[in-house]
Amino acid sequence: MSTATETGAKVELREVRIDYADGPAADLDLTVAPGEVVMLLGPSGCGKSTILRALAGLQPIAAGAASVDGEPHDQSHKCAMVFQEDALLPWRTARRNVEFALAMRGVPRPQRRALAVDLLGQVGLTDFAEHLPRRLSGGMRQRVQLARTLAARPRVLLMDEPFGALDAQTRLEMQRLLVSVWRRHRTTIMFVTHDVDEALLLADRVVVLSPRPARVVRVVDVDCPREPDAQLEPTFARQRQEILALLGHDLTKP
Amino acid sequence: MTTTQERLSAEPASPAAPPAAEATATRPRRSPLHAVRRLLPAVPILAALAVWQLLTSYDVVAWVRFDKIPGPGEVGAAMTAQLESAVFYQHVVSSLGRILSGFALAGLAGVLTGIAVGRSKIAAALVRPLIEVARPIPAIALVPIAILLFPTSEQGIVFITFFAAFFPVTVATIHAMKALPPVWTDAARTLGASRFQILLHVVVPGAMPSIFSGLSVSMGVAWICVISAEMISGQFGVGYWTWMSYSLLDYAGVVTGMLTIGVLGFTTSWAIERVGRRVNRWLPGEGA
Repeated sequence: MSTATETGAKVELREVRIDYADGPAADLDLTVAPGEVVMLLGPSGCGKSTILRALAGLQPIAAGAASVDGEPHDQSHKCAMVFQEDALLPWRTARRNVEFALAMRGVPRPQRRALAVDLLGQVGLTDFAEHLPRRLSGGMRQRVQLARTLAARPRVLLMDEPFGALDAQTRLEMQRLLVSVWRRHRTTIMFVTHDVDEALLLADRVVVLSPRPARVVRVVDVDCPREPDAQLEPTFARQRQEILALLGHDLTKP
Repeated sequence: MTTTQERLSAEPASPAAPPAAEATATRPRRSPLHAVRRLLPAVPILAALAVWQLLTSYDVVAWVRFDKIPGPGEVGAAMTAQLESAVFYQHVVSSLGRILSGFALAGLAGVLTGIAVGRSKIAAALVRPLIEVARPIPAIALVPIAILLFPTSEQGIVFITFFAAFFPVTVATIHAMKALPPVWTDAARTLGASRFQILLHVVVPGAMPSIFSGLSVSMGVAWICVISAEMISGQFGVGYWTWMSYSLLDYAGVVTGMLTIGVLGFTTSWAIERVGRRVNRWLPGEGA
């Protein structure tokens, strides 16, 4: 529980079907390697967030099996989620929000403060530890949420369009920050987005999903993942075109 | 003071005066108007006192009759006399004791019931119908039953206060349970929080703003009920004392009682407001 060297877990989705009240939301088969960054990309409303919610144990799986490191996903407690919405507890300061996750993980009270301050430092918020969420910008709040989620020491980091509500500049900063945090923690990341550039900039693999119910249309391997100047490479443009075509093609279907 | 004002009013005349100096120069000019505005709330109160004085000193009888109503002077004298008597404080303490015990019990029971009904479908099915049936009954209609039920009128009054104060806070808590953003509980769950931890760390603090608005409504109705119940069946308390003054034709005493109730009601609401602000400091509208 307290070993610092824990890395990402393997995630396997075997014929997993997730239902809404009015029909199937997702139906897919996918294996994610330990420490891999997989971006789930699909048209909005296709059910991609639902896949993460199911892995986080917030949504039941109707059929099939999901496992994390071989254990059933709902018993492993290894997945923690960063939400698109502001999920911080507004009555707790940034530091106390991170301490909440530490407390839930069972870290004894005397150790929490130092750990929380360290995690906030990792996301560049050392000076804002004592601020209430409403005193922080949207980007800063998402950083606190990332620090808080890391405090749970997840082996799989589920990210549900975490930068979707941020402006372009902040989003770019957050993507860089995520890469640096990932290099440090090496968790498996499953990241939902509808932004093709974001997917190609962060991913080892981009999983392109169909409109609802979400099914895997294509898996695109990124050749040199997270290269600083990847956008300038011809392969980037080619893969971008390829993915856009896939999404466009599927969107025009009745 | 005069020199500062002279200097400040002279400053804008100098051509090199920066904009900041202009801003400070306007402040003393606004000052008299500002003072008037601060005195403004006193005007209607003084006017009401003057009207009261006139109506009572001329014993005006025009459909409504002011001939038996005491004037401000009489009431002032009665109040001064009361403030010096120990019995008066006994009445105040006795009313405060009843209201605070009834209100505290109602607050605790209301929050617990509200959380249970708001969070559990089973509790909702079992308790909600009872709440809906009992809620429309005005607490004061329970006086006869309370007299029959409880060995002393003291307990009866506390029960009636409890009954009245219970519903506003319960209903506010139930609504708060429904209004919490689901993402707070979702996030806590993925961080490994148990149901009880979510309740303790997410649900209760998140519901506090609504709970406190329920509590201030509860305090209002609790006063109405404690005073009415005392008027009917008390042996002590401000309500009893006010009614007794009326029976003894001590009309200045009646008004003194009314004003005392007003001051007590204001003080208790203010206290709840203060505590609520402190608990809910994080709300966007609050300072800090």
